[in-house]
Amino acid sequence: MTASPETSTFPSQIGQRLLESMVRIRLVEEAIATGYAEQQMRCPVHLSIGQEGVAAGVGAALRPDDQVMSGHRSHAHYLAKGGDLNAMIAEIYGKETGCCRGRGGSMHLVDLKAGFVGAVPIVGSTIPIAVGLSFADKQLKRDRVTVAFLGEAATEEGVFHESVNFAALHQLPVIFLCENNLYSVYSPLSVRQPAGQAVYKTAAGHGIRAEQADGNDAVAVYSLMCDAVRQARSGSGPVFLEFMTYRWREHCGPAFDNHIGYRTEAEYLTWRERDPVEALERRLRAEGCFDEAALVDFKRRTSAEINGAFSAAKQAPFPDAAGLMDHLYA
Amino acid sequence: MREISYAEAIREGFSVALERDPRVVLLGLGVPDPKGFFGTTTGLQQRFGAERVMDMPCSENGMSGVVLGAAINGLRPVLNHQRLDFAILSMDPICTQAAKWHYMFGGAMKMPVVFRMIIGRGWGQGPQHSQCLQSWFAHIPGLKVVMPTTPHDAKGLLIAAIEDDNPVVFLEHRWLHHAKGHVPEGHYTVPIGPARVAKPGRDVTLVALSYMVAEALEAAKNLAKLGVDAEVIDLRSLRPLDSTLILESVRKTGRLVVADTGWALAGMSAEVLAVASEGAFGSLKAAPRRVCFPDCPTPTSPSLAAAYYPRSGDIVAAVRETLGLPADEADTAIPAGVELDKPNPAFTGPF
Ligand SMILES: Cc1ncc(C[n+]2csc(CCOP(=O)(O)OP(=O)(O)O)c2C)c(N)n1
Ligand SMILES: [Mg+2]
Repeated sequence: MTASPETSTFPSQIGQRLLESMVRIRLVEEAIATGYAEQQMRCPVHLSIGQEGVAAGVGAALRPDDQVMSGHRSHAHYLAKGGDLNAMIAEIYGKETGCCRGRGGSMHLVDLKAGFVGAVPIVGSTIPIAVGLSFADKQLKRDRVTVAFLGEAATEEGVFHESVNFAALHQLPVIFLCENNLYSVYSPLSVRQPAGQAVYKTAAGHGIRAEQADGNDAVAVYSLMCDAVRQARSGSGPVFLEFMTYRWREHCGPAFDNHIGYRTEAEYLTWRERDPVEALERRLRAEGCFDEAALVDFKRRTSAEINGAFSAAKQAPFPDAAGLMDHLYA
Repeated sequence: MREISYAEAIREGFSVALERDPRVVLLGLGVPDPKGFFGTTTGLQQRFGAERVMDMPCSENGMSGVVLGAAINGLRPVLNHQRLDFAILSMDPICTQAAKWHYMFGGAMKMPVVFRMIIGRGWGQGPQHSQCLQSWFAHIPGLKVVMPTTPHDAKGLLIAAIEDDNPVVFLEHRWLHHAKGHVPEGHYTVPIGPARVAKPGRDVTLVALSYMVAEALEAAKNLAKLGVDAEVIDLRSLRPLDSTLILESVRKTGRLVVADTGWALAGMSAEVLAVASEGAFGSLKAAPRRVCFPDCPTPTSPSLAAAYYPRSGDIVAAVRETLGLPADEADTAIPAGVELDKPNPAFTGPF
């Protein structure tokens, strides 16, 4: 059996691991943002830059055989769960070597080997499917847990509530993992949910444990996740976790869009100050366990890895039109 | 004559409707957003207020029911969806409720509501952001379904839909938003039901809908070079369906090709063929042909999407078959430098 990360303690190894996980996600997504103007990544891309603390904390708290599902903004979740980088970049380039053989693009990622069971861009759609994964695991007596990543807007969909109810009823080993970045595209929470009602409290109304924490504090995410995973794995039922965070760039695409009017530059700058990567670096320094040389080396290796993934993706063949009908039926 | 874009025509239609009738309200995710819902709602909230032009929670299914109640109690709501794929979370309120309410309560209540949905295409919209499910709605008695092609019809049919006392599904193709055309100022309506002859002709009838009308007109131009005079019919309305105009044309030409933006099996093209074979069987000189999506989901990769979407050349090829002309591979060749996943060259993604 795989060693359970739930037993790891901060800060010895986990701090550096979380930092590296965030840095890797950031470097990958910045490479996507930079390369997007070349117009070879011909699909919508939803970047998580600024939100990496959540993905890193969650990924580190899971075992390789645990499972994850996500939505439109899933690059970070995929990478943190151990999804194959080359296959993701190739998928964004629409290539045959992509994780969906080019059929899906950025909004449709999958890596079953890594336990990343699928991401789709219809808001809320994977939530009940993730519940179904955990339902089967419970029936088949596997001790895995499933994480359903969702944005706060997904909690406005009826299917979210139906899914949580069923998971609560059957005490399923599933964690509803909400990244609350305050916006759904251009719509602030104020036009979507009543003022003063925290998302996690609404979830708690279904009779499950629900908690909220700072999503830009990767260690806090990790700790809370470890606890939630322990509960879910031990058969004590589902957990809802809400992590407050902020996306730095536009909803869809590589640019910054604080000037177009739906949010302010000042708000962005406040969150920019709370960069999850810098925050953890500061904390590790303060605790005397920051290995600067190791991080520099990690960045160098990771950049090489990313460059490799991009050039492989660019050189890879497009899917042949003759395969258009492949996979229509099993 | 004043020319404006399809997106501007929609916005003007909304303006006129909101201005004339205080009961009209617009709801939808992103309706007041800074990009103006693809430019179709720009400035409307500033002008008519946040109570009449409003954003909403990410709750398509629930909100579709909410607008039904609001319609019963005196509002005339338009529920806006940036993709058809999001709207279909609400098939119960649209098909099982709205469509039946007037009938099943013996005419006790009216349901003046518009469900506006945009069909995506290109730049990797892929399997879940580009479905063309017009035939689902057209199948349901009690709904009206329109798919305007020109800016003129977009405005006129939108106002007609809002003024109609029945639930209307209003379908826009994303690639039509840039199209420009003549649009009268002020109030006018285009009646829901009648199709339109987009180009008269004698030799073959091309029945098309929505974006495929543009491809059919292009095909007609190229057919003229072959000495074939094609008539192009823009359906505009799928329910009711203008069988009279389809039959008149088929009786005249004896040949029929139907171009749909969706799948063939159980799709709108099948319905048009049924109309023709039931009503003009004796006039048909050749088996009719259909130009539709291949029978699989829409792939994301540009290489597959290019092979997926039918174009004017496919229509020309189908017409050749009905005329017994030899096939020509040049019909469907992709001209060098043309990017098939973009609606116009200025576009640089993402949607
Ligand atoms: C059912 C459905 N409705 C609407 C959309 C359009 N849409 C795409 S992403 C998005 C924002 C969702 O916000 P949230 O869940 O908070 O995630 P975030 O983008 O903030 O990460 C919306 C509304 C969709 N994809 N699916
Ligand atoms: Mg959000």
